[in-house]
Amino acid sequence: MGMLLSANAQWVLFSTLILGMASGMIGCLAYWKRQSLMSDALSHAALPGVVIGFWLIGTKNMPVMIGGAAISALLGALMIQWIRSSSRIKEDTAMGMILSVFFGLGIMMLTIVNRFAGGNQSGLDSFIFGQAASMVRKDVYTMLVLAAIVILVVSLAFKEWKLFLFDPDFARGLGLSRRLMDGIYLAVLVMVIVIGIQAVGVILMAALLIIPAVSARYWTHSFKWMVILSAIFGGGSGMIGTLISTLGIGWPTGPFIVLASSVLFVVSLVFGVEKGLLTKALQIRLQKRELRYAAASGAKGPQRGGEAG
Amino acid sequence: MSYTAWILLTASLVGLSCGLIGVFLILRRMAMMADAISHTVLLGIVTAYLVTRELSGIHMLIGAVLAGLLTAVLVQWFHARGVQQEAAIGVVFTSLFAIGVILIATKVGNAHLDIQHALMGEITFVPWNVIELPWIGEFPEATFILLVVLAVVLLVILTFYKEWKITSFDPGLAASIGIPVVFMHYLFMSLVSVTTVAAFDAVGAIMVVAMLITPAASAYLWTDRLSIMLVLSSSFGVISAIVGYLIAVWLDTSISGSMAFATGLVFLFSFLCSPKHGMLSRYIRPVSASDLP
Repeated sequence: MGMLLSANAQWVLFSTLILGMASGMIGCLAYWKRQSLMSDALSHAALPGVVIGFWLIGTKNMPVMIGGAAISALLGALMIQWIRSSSRIKEDTAMGMILSVFFGLGIMMLTIVNRFAGGNQSGLDSFIFGQAASMVRKDVYTMLVLAAIVILVVSLAFKEWKLFLFDPDFARGLGLSRRLMDGIYLAVLVMVIVIGIQAVGVILMAALLIIPAVSARYWTHSFKWMVILSAIFGGGSGMIGTLISTLGIGWPTGPFIVLASSVLFVVSLVFGVEKGLLTKALQIRLQKRELRYAAASGAKGPQRGGEAG
Repeated sequence: MSYTAWILLTASLVGLSCGLIGVFLILRRMAMMADAISHTVLLGIVTAYLVTRELSGIHMLIGAVLAGLLTAVLVQWFHARGVQQEAAIGVVFTSLFAIGVILIATKVGNAHLDIQHALMGEITFVPWNVIELPWIGEFPEATFILLVVLAVVLLVILTFYKEWKITSFDPGLAASIGIPVVFMHYLFMSLVSVTTVAAFDAVGAIMVVAMLITPAASAYLWTDRLSIMLVLSSSFGVISAIVGYLIAVWLDTSISGSMAFATGLVFLFSFLCSPKHGMLSRYIRPVSASDLP
């Protein structure tokens, strides 16, 4: 645990924390837009952009690679949209195709770049599984700024997001442009994905967006609390995963972060207050007992039995 | 047979079996389920390796089928408990895949199984890894497994052809006339896992998704008949495998990556040029009443 003492390591830890928070928040939006797997497709689609960004500059330059990733992820999103709207291919098929074809293209280019470039590209492979420990101070700053922007966008326009997700018709009635909101949503989603790739890698980035939101769903019915809880779960698993991955040499960060969030998910699944398995089992037991009482004490029962349901 | 011929044969077998399975994936709207299974198969393989300490074909197949079925069962279970289907898929496959990667990174390490290989496949080694077969002699192991899997896939599809057709297009009707829909679902999931793991050595876990989905989606743009779609899809699979190999040799790059890219090219061609659903035909031919949905 000597790593905890170095200042750079603290920055890395802090940045995975804030990345987890940002992705937890956006994940809630994606969950209610029923686009959880879209994030998976987009993060795979970002790979060619990362490699091209590296190719153009010749070294690992974070802003350029983030730019490339954003462009290629957006391109992927547009193509999914295009295929879906102008042919009879369904959305899930379009996502699967874009995901795998873009990823294949990325691997093709990665192989070529690896052959040409010298030892300078060592960090490039880590984009597949993430290696938070390989980040330098400047990368961490970039990540922090972007993640902070994302968190601000979600929290400042919180009321508008809520309307946009749950009552689009009413939102339109109030003069909220659906197209604008869709655009901002996509931009923010892509932003989270491309900054997360560095820490978690393209394959597992989707987990950071999906799992905290699904876990938070077990604790509350309020959207506000769901976003807050999801941010806490995401941030927590980001930190725990990063810490664990520093224990071994060359352990990738991404899988450990995902595993941490899966553990949180299982805990939520069992103990969650609103929809957890334990709560449900207790409720059913309570109901059964009340019914039995009602049956025993005669006609007084039905009101109480109905209440518990 | 020469080295290149073995590679082309293996790649074509991948294209054939993935193309056949892919048709039903598309029609049953389970494309993302294929993505999920292709990831979780990794956990099955790693577990099989940790238990038996050897990387032989049959252990890997069993491990992969179990992992694939586990994925299907878990997704179904979460979905039945109120999690959105998409989110359930996302939770299950990322968690299982993460466990697989962690096991490789911490337990298996430098052994015969590494993450790079599992994800990208290494078709260039296939011709060297031979087994001794009665009557035939030396035969590459991966190619042999692919042949067996292709035979199984063909057998299952042809035996229950009518049942597959009904369950894919109208599950309600299928259930009402007494076809075991649930059993067919899990049988199909096992077929997907078996195909995935057989293709695993050649093209790797992620590119298998391209091979499964894209040729079938391209075929879907050309025809409305299931039988023709099956033929077209498997031919597209073979074509992409061969074209991909040629591109890879030409650019000296990853073979599996190029194959995935080649499936994309086939789709792009179909998307633009297909007579009924293509982009170009829309401009050339005026819209008639029969085109409207």
